[in-house]
Amino acid sequence: MTTFLGMPSYAPRGVGALRGFDLFPAAAREALGNAQLRRNLGHATATIRAKRAAVVGEVADWEELRLAGEAIKAVTMARLDEHLVRLEREVTERGGTVHWARDANEANRIVTDLVRAAGADEVVKVKSMATQEIGLNEALAEAGIAAWETDLAELIVQLGHDRPSHILVPAIHRNRSEIREIFLREMSDVDPGLTDEPRQLAMAARAHLRRKFLTAKVAVSGANFAVAETGTLAVVESEGNGRMCLTLPQTLITVMGIEKLVPTWRDLEVFLQLLPRSSTGERMNPYTSLWTGVTPGDGPQTFHLVLLDNGRTAVLSDEVGRAALHCIRCSACLNVCPVYERTGGHAYGSVYPGPIGAILSPQLTGIEDNASLPYASSLCGACYDVCPVRIDIPTILVHLRGRHVEERSRRRLPSPEAVTMAAAGWTMARPARFRGAERLLRVGRVLGRRRGRIGALPPPLSAWTASRDLPRPPSETFRQWWRRTRGTS
Amino acid sequence: MTSREIVLARIRSANAAATHGAPPSEPEVPRAYRVRGEHSPGTSELLDLLTGRLVDYRAGVHRCPTAAVPEVIAGVLPRTARLIVPSGLPDGWAPAGAVTDDGSLDPTALDAFDAVLTGCAAAVAETGTIALDGSAGQGRRAISLVPDRHVCVVRADQVVQTVPELLARLDPRRPLTLVSGPSATSDIELQRVEGVHGPRTLTVIIATG
Repeated sequence: MTTFLGMPSYAPRGVGALRGFDLFPAAAREALGNAQLRRNLGHATATIRAKRAAVVGEVADWEELRLAGEAIKAVTMARLDEHLVRLEREVTERGGTVHWARDANEANRIVTDLVRAAGADEVVKVKSMATQEIGLNEALAEAGIAAWETDLAELIVQLGHDRPSHILVPAIHRNRSEIREIFLREMSDVDPGLTDEPRQLAMAARAHLRRKFLTAKVAVSGANFAVAETGTLAVVESEGNGRMCLTLPQTLITVMGIEKLVPTWRDLEVFLQLLPRSSTGERMNPYTSLWTGVTPGDGPQTFHLVLLDNGRTAVLSDEVGRAALHCIRCSACLNVCPVYERTGGHAYGSVYPGPIGAILSPQLTGIEDNASLPYASSLCGACYDVCPVRIDIPTILVHLRGRHVEERSRRRLPSPEAVTMAAAGWTMARPARFRGAERLLRVGRVLGRRRGRIGALPPPLSAWTASRDLPRPPSETFRQWWRRTRGTS
Repeated sequence: MTSREIVLARIRSANAAATHGAPPSEPEVPRAYRVRGEHSPGTSELLDLLTGRLVDYRAGVHRCPTAAVPEVIAGVLPRTARLIVPSGLPDGWAPAGAVTDDGSLDPTALDAFDAVLTGCAAAVAETGTIALDGSAGQGRRAISLVPDRHVCVVRADQVVQTVPELLARLDPRRPLTLVSGPSATSDIELQRVEGVHGPRTLTVIIATG
């Protein structure tokens, strides 16, 4: 086979949810002004951090599990083509049908055609990042097919005409009273006496979705894992909505990113320990469903598996950035991130928020389309510490910043950094110039005299002070001090 | 080229680009983590641990000698409960009046049952997990899902300590469900609420010896 040369194939524009409307700094500024949002997020992330820390702490071999998880993913990616072909063969031999989708548009078309072929005008859905990413619900709606989200948080987002803001808990930005209001407004069958007690809200969702589960003909799911050697798919969940969708309808369509694979059945023993403790902070999630093709007399009798690229092979081609494909979507990195905790998920624009989103989204779309995300981090490294598969997110962030600057300079657009660095180089080349620059700092002392720091500078320096303060320059610089004391102290 | 060929070609070219044409490095997967626990399957330490984990998940737990299982089953089910059972349960477990599933009932018909009684394939003490694999005494997945109460009998020798020990006992080609407590959600302010779409009540009977 000839080597496939040419540009990496990114996720296409105009479809799906990988790109936001605003750059991160603008979106973050707006989010920071929302006190309710910050309260909800602060409360929720603190709760989940404590739960995770407790259940991870009781696993003596946690680091060994992380090392194994990291290595399994690296080994998988090295021979991803062979593992996918093996998965396809196993699924097909067990009565399933495998489809390949280059991008979001093709995946949406495949699923739409399959739903139509099944004679259905509605589907029940298990929470799935891949189908969010490709905008499947919107594509189905255009084809006149209603998609019912059945995960409680996804239901809250869907009924609220809202966007998900967290990988695991998409409605994390909503508190109980907001959820109650959404249910009262949008659920025609809800008890008007509904309170904001979480148990009551969960029961309202149960009642609302029960008939859908019992009568749906077609379900659409994602997958947490697929085992190449056996053709087994796995969905990990809590509420039982996943089991309902994976068991009761006649037709099941699973959309899965090509990176979700593990080579062997045994590999699951690592991930089924890492994932629940990292994501919900439980020793094990309430339900895990595992199925291989079709089982006569048990569950859906028609099974389709859609394997999705949509930019993943572009990520794979980056020597450093490809580790982002190891992500098992636990969201531990979101919960510990000081940036995510304050801005929430919407500011990232993409369906993948937080630290993992900051390295995944720009690589899926091409950096140009998510250029502000690699900068949406303080590089504190908390994300790396909690990542169950040891993705070195800070290193990849820095790497992507480098790629961004390189790509811009190739396009001969002098960036503000390039201009600043050139000016600094000129100034520092001669002692006289540097002395002159130091004298200019006195102006800064005037600017910062009231608060001890400088909050705003005129353009183009405003780009720096838009999100940071500058310290007030000292009354005496190091060189001045050296001259005064003649270097004797 | 088909989409299949294009995606596979993209993967090969991406892997070649990332390794600068060199063959992929494939380090051995380090499996220094714990595979076997220190306790043998079915020991009382494991039964205690399993009980604790299940109680933590708000499941009901009863321990009894195997001979007393039918009595305990009768005790945990309300007298009027409409009960469905899979075929292949040990003799005497199913109370009088229980309906044996013959595969003909659709989900709406299953919804008319209050409870289901099954055995299991294996259980993990450390995580409080019970595995169902659809073999005799467990039935198809729908019957242990739709009724609101699931009564599950675990034999002591089915209880292993670790997750790796569990997976080694399971056949991946069977439809598998791993159950760790009743259905639950943490979607509202990350506060755990037991009982959503799956059975809201899980009762586990551990049969010892």
